[in-house]
Amino acid sequence: MRKFVIAAAVALGLAATPQIAKAAGGVDVPSQSWAFEGVFGTIDIPAAQRGLQVYKEVCASCHGLSLMAYRNLAQIGFSEEEIKALAADYTVMDGPNDDGEMFERAAIPSDRFVSPYANEQEARAINNGAYPVDLSLIIKARADGANYLYALLTGYREEAPEGVDLMPGMYYNEYYGGNQIAMPQPLYDDFVEYSDGTQATVSQMAKDVTYFLKFAAEPSHDERKQMGIKVIIFLLVFTGLAYASMKKIWADVKK
Amino acid sequence: MSTYNPSNPLVRWIDHRLPMFSFMNEHLTDYPTPKNLNYFWNFGSLAGIILVVMIASGITLAMHYTAHVDYAFNSVERIMRDVNFGWMIRYIHMNGAHLFFVVVFIHIFRGLYYGSYKAPREILWMLGVAILLAMMATAFMGYVLPWGQMSFWGATVITNLFSAIPLVGEDIVIWLWGAFSVDNATLNRFFALHYLMPFVIVGLVVLHLVALHRFGSNNPIGIDVKKGSQDTIPFHPYYTIKDTFGLGVFLLVFAGLVFFAPNYLGHADNYIEANPLVTPALIVPEWYFLPFYAILRAIPDKLGGVIAMFGSIAVLFILPWLDRSPVRSATYRPLFKLFFWILVLDCILLGYVGAMPAEGIWVLLGQVGTAYYFAHFLIILPLLSKLETPKPLPTSISKPVTGGAAPAAAPAE
Amino acid sequence: MAENAQTGDGGETRRDFLHLATAAMGAVGVGAVAWPFIDQMNPAKDVLALATIEVNISAIQEGQAITVSWRGKPVFIRHRTADEIEEARTVDLDDLPDPQADGDRVTKENFLILVGVCTHLGCIPLGQKTGDVKGEFGGWFCPCHGSHYDTSGRIRKGPAPANLPVPEYEFVDDTTVRLG
Repeated sequence: MRKFVIAAAVALGLAATPQIAKAAGGVDVPSQSWAFEGVFGTIDIPAAQRGLQVYKEVCASCHGLSLMAYRNLAQIGFSEEEIKALAADYTVMDGPNDDGEMFERAAIPSDRFVSPYANEQEARAINNGAYPVDLSLIIKARADGANYLYALLTGYREEAPEGVDLMPGMYYNEYYGGNQIAMPQPLYDDFVEYSDGTQATVSQMAKDVTYFLKFAAEPSHDERKQMGIKVIIFLLVFTGLAYASMKKIWADVKK
Repeated sequence: MSTYNPSNPLVRWIDHRLPMFSFMNEHLTDYPTPKNLNYFWNFGSLAGIILVVMIASGITLAMHYTAHVDYAFNSVERIMRDVNFGWMIRYIHMNGAHLFFVVVFIHIFRGLYYGSYKAPREILWMLGVAILLAMMATAFMGYVLPWGQMSFWGATVITNLFSAIPLVGEDIVIWLWGAFSVDNATLNRFFALHYLMPFVIVGLVVLHLVALHRFGSNNPIGIDVKKGSQDTIPFHPYYTIKDTFGLGVFLLVFAGLVFFAPNYLGHADNYIEANPLVTPALIVPEWYFLPFYAILRAIPDKLGGVIAMFGSIAVLFILPWLDRSPVRSATYRPLFKLFFWILVLDCILLGYVGAMPAEGIWVLLGQVGTAYYFAHFLIILPLLSKLETPKPLPTSISKPVTGGAAPAAAPAE
Repeated sequence: MAENAQTGDGGETRRDFLHLATAAMGAVGVGAVAWPFIDQMNPAKDVLALATIEVNISAIQEGQAITVSWRGKPVFIRHRTADEIEEARTVDLDDLPDPQADGDRVTKENFLILVGVCTHLGCIPLGQKTGDVKGEFGGWFCPCHGSHYDTSGRIRKGPAPANLPVPEYEFVDDTTVRLG
């Protein structure tokens, strides 16, 4: 009985955490099914590759991904040559050289993703005061991040509902806190052309870019779960043995 | 000292000069322990093991961490992304902190239930409360280090508590910060102190153990046991194997969190780098602070709230003198047992209230919960000591209660 | 600890297979946990990513040299003149403190690539810039304790015990060399 109460108390305490998240975020977002869910879940590699394309062709014009290096893309199946070529499309500031001057050079795999703006002030100046956040950690930095991002990207409505006064330069989004968002709808059907023949619908692109950003937020995701399974199996055996040992040792103690 | 006589000549040679083997034998092997300890007695050694895990993972993290406002957030992300096994060590440290509090809270409530704070273990108990305080300070400063939004705003809110002190409050806060807001100087000193505090805790734990081994463990029946009697068994192998099994169960929970839900107990906002110009919509402390946070907010006065919050821990220090009943274990105190469980529910309620915005029904619930918390210790326990009639106690662990003999006698001399 | 069995008044021996298995599993577990805590001190992924770099050598004129930083050390890349190559090739190997043929120290004879750390006590030898002292053998001269290196980076005179080391490298194409 006592044990049950304590277990219940701990469980209650744990269960309260998502409530807190809810209380902070406000809006409920619908849940999608994701390949990385669950104990055996992994990042969907083809989706993440398509997601990179969406990021590059759509998001990257405003949003940085400053914690990711080009070399990280090897983990979602890009070859060294592809990564080199991809990096070389970007220019980074390096230096100073022997003359004391900064110079530009093509990015290499060990560089971090080049951000579209030099700093937050420049980003705000160009975007009417709004700051397009860095997307490196966006999935971890929002409650229920993957579902939230998908909902946000697919949550734009042409017209605000009756009675909602949109402020100038704002757009209506069902899932953004307060419903008014400074980012215009980023995705439209067939905005990008996938090389693997996948139909680039808005929801497809939203899903793909979410996979990519899930990977970006936690490149160790797959490794973590795979190691976890081994650790749990080991511990189950160890704990079982310890239990049997304990029973044997305690057998001679009279209650 | 027991008759310890090692057969290995080298061991005997060393032990004659440095008696570490006989010390270990006395305290880890032969050490007489009540034979009826239940699984709640696992949590003490478990807490000690977590302390070691936290220190090991913390020192390795410190090898890669940069305590500077411009680099702290990214250095933590570098640990997560580039350092070999860095993500694992960081998740161990993060979730280890949560489970440390789970384990210590259970350990404390076990002490409350079985009256482990009573004579002659008052100092043992007070050292434990001191450990709790040191843990809270350590956890708070550690949470600032990743320099996320919750780190920054948590630090701001908690350090501002000290501004409630009359006259010198503002000066104290600026002294704590080393600046006029939470800033680089604050981060640096919190890192230094976060590194120091665990070793202070180790010192307190050693004292806690010295005090424990003076009279030995309390037990579920709460009566004194005579060393070497039928009621005790040697610590090894009986409790070493039992603690090992308990550790295995604990590690299963720990690994479950670290590998499959590492961010479950954290806040998403802490993955946003600290921004002194934007406050998150709802600043919520980590769950283990929530009951205290609720008590803080329950008093509609800044100084009063701070006093109540610190008072909620201070009252634990004087607990041995508030509960005067000579019977330790709640098993033999029906009324005490009832109020114990009400207190548990009250603490859960306070924790829940602490997570909610301070508005509407939550304000009232927080105040009721706070009032009850203090009433439990300051009114109910002293009254119960006088009014309650305990059930008859057995004379030893081995013997069940003998019919009529109901010794209300003091269990301690 | 299993040796301290004198208090075990149980009916069975405690050192039976079950307890051994538990202890062994525990030992394996401790060992497995130790590895990540050791490995975290090894070079991290971002450090390893910079352990291999590509250098464009097309701009180095004959007779000139550049210094690039690689794995925290200076690497000398010298575009040797015909005279320098000639000099390096015709030395009698028996005269050298650390005999090694020039051909074994270069992949393309006009480009000499060396780790620029004196093998004596780790100073950086002079000789990279046009105006530098190049020592008695036209290569490099270490100002710390006066070691002279020739146009193949071999030690010729002074206290240094060995030739300047040649790093691991390969030519990706005519103008690019990959170090590491």
